[in-house]
Amino acid sequence: MYSIIVQTVTGKKKWKKVKFSHALLVAGMVTLVCFTALPMVAMICRAFMPLDELYIYPPRIIVRKPTFSNFADLLNSLNASDVPFTRYIFNSLMTTGVTVFFSIFVSCAGAYGLAKFKPRGSATIFAVITAALMFSSYVTQIPNYLIVNELGLVNSYWALILPKIAVAYNFFLVKQFAEQLPDSILEAARIDGAKELYTFWHVAMPLLKPAWSTLAVFSFVSNWNDYFSALVYINKDAMKTLPLALQTLAGGAGVVARSGSVGAATLLTTLPTIIIFCIMRGKVMQTMTYSGIKS
Amino acid sequence: MKQFWKHVEKRPMSRMERRRTITGYLFMTPFLVLFITFTLIPIFVAMGLSLTNYNLIQKPGFVGLTNYMNLILEDDVFLTSLKNTLIFAVLTGPAGYIASFAMAWLITLMKKGRGAFALAFYAPSLTSGVAMSTIWLIIFSGDRNGYLNSFLLRLGVIIEPILWTKDAAYLKWVIVIISVWMSMGTGFLVFLAGLQNIDPALYEAARVDGMKSRFQELRYITLPMMKPQLLFGAVNSVVSAFAIFDVATSVAGMPSPNYAAHTIVAHLYDYAFIRMNMGYASSVAMILFIMTFVIGRICFYIFKSED
Repeated sequence: MYSIIVQTVTGKKKWKKVKFSHALLVAGMVTLVCFTALPMVAMICRAFMPLDELYIYPPRIIVRKPTFSNFADLLNSLNASDVPFTRYIFNSLMTTGVTVFFSIFVSCAGAYGLAKFKPRGSATIFAVITAALMFSSYVTQIPNYLIVNELGLVNSYWALILPKIAVAYNFFLVKQFAEQLPDSILEAARIDGAKELYTFWHVAMPLLKPAWSTLAVFSFVSNWNDYFSALVYINKDAMKTLPLALQTLAGGAGVVARSGSVGAATLLTTLPTIIIFCIMRGKVMQTMTYSGIKS
Repeated sequence: MKQFWKHVEKRPMSRMERRRTITGYLFMTPFLVLFITFTLIPIFVAMGLSLTNYNLIQKPGFVGLTNYMNLILEDDVFLTSLKNTLIFAVLTGPAGYIASFAMAWLITLMKKGRGAFALAFYAPSLTSGVAMSTIWLIIFSGDRNGYLNSFLLRLGVIIEPILWTKDAAYLKWVIVIISVWMSMGTGFLVFLAGLQNIDPALYEAARVDGMKSRFQELRYITLPMMKPQLLFGAVNSVVSAFAIFDVATSVAGMPSPNYAAHTIVAHLYDYAFIRMNMGYASSVAMILFIMTFVIGRICFYIFKSED
């Protein structure tokens, strides 16, 4: 249906084929993309707006004279007070990076063990993990807090890492992908006398690359954007992650101060996830093909 | 629960099978240890705590169903949060889900520009709700400088600027719009991948058999073939639609004007981590758990694969 319209742009003869409903569909699609893209455009532009443009009436969406002064303000002004903004960037990178790393390792090993060895009881375990897809981490937040508190990890990086390594969603993704790995390759490695750990690391992991690249993207996005964990486990200023720090900087709902720095900080908080997704897009699509649940 | 046990076999294991089982479990151990510690046990602990009056300081005392009774009979703010959560979930869940599917379907029919369209559509779900709220607060700012107010003022639709985020009547809709914006991509990638994976020969065959329109294709081939993906997407969007919190608190503040943006998760946070009433907050968590779990199960029933 849509293809007809695309063809008409190049081949003039086919104009007649464009029906009202087609035009409506395209219009709908463009509207939808405008709705999704407009706040993003505004967000990117505001980061580069000089102060006079930020406070102009009527307000502008597109920046006229882009400048980096907002970023300079953000990085300098807070240096003087207590915690430099770069510290928050480091906190976010550190906790997200470590979580993603362990999550990849633990989920791949687990999914490989379950899908390729099919140990007794694996169907039950998989049913439990699938069931865990059906509730959010908020449900387990209180007991998790009690555990983290008991371990003395409140206000540490581990509080933001440990509870979020073994995620049902990640395990599920890798397991569905691992299911279709050919047994013959793994078998061949074993016949050549490879140890199980060697086979996993040097044969299975490279084959699972699309799956764990995808996991890396999703895990990065959800941990980078995670606000609740930091809200619950962190109350020291120096340990805050970006979303929490940004909220403090912006002054919460209803405060419109430091617009320039806030714009720059918003962009710095938002951009990494989008960049990572763009880099890994091909791999992500390869994995998602196997993501369905057969009930 | 019965299905969990139907797989359990009783016959003795052969030597081969025992070896396989041991190796398999060795690989699964790191995941299982963390999963059991931070997901499985906590579910049961939360269930148990919801029957107590635990407050972090004193020893928990068993109070039976008192917490649940109080929630439903006494706590008007909880009922408001429940109502808000249901409104948000009913409006944002299906809207995001349907938009995701429609967009994925249209994009696969496109010849050019797939990547750009896909990215423009998916980018919002990559962003942090808290970070984007700084932009939303400017878009919905209550003075003339807000994007929406200035646009409507110049259009002549309104004469006075509207207090979008302060007025409880508008606030709810602002949260719905932002949540829809953020939830657009939830199932998008799954759907896109699923659509691209359908064998084109199926469509060819259907065309030979006299299938006329794309909508017939959608109804009789695409949707039935995509049941597993549709289910995965549905489960994810149910869970996230009921978990609206970040956006609501950072746009509306906490507590929000007239509790107009107070959600179940906000109520949970309030009682657990501000008032330190862990028992009561656990009963809120349990209600959230039961709601998403039951709806998730219903999704399993709706999108049942026949094979």
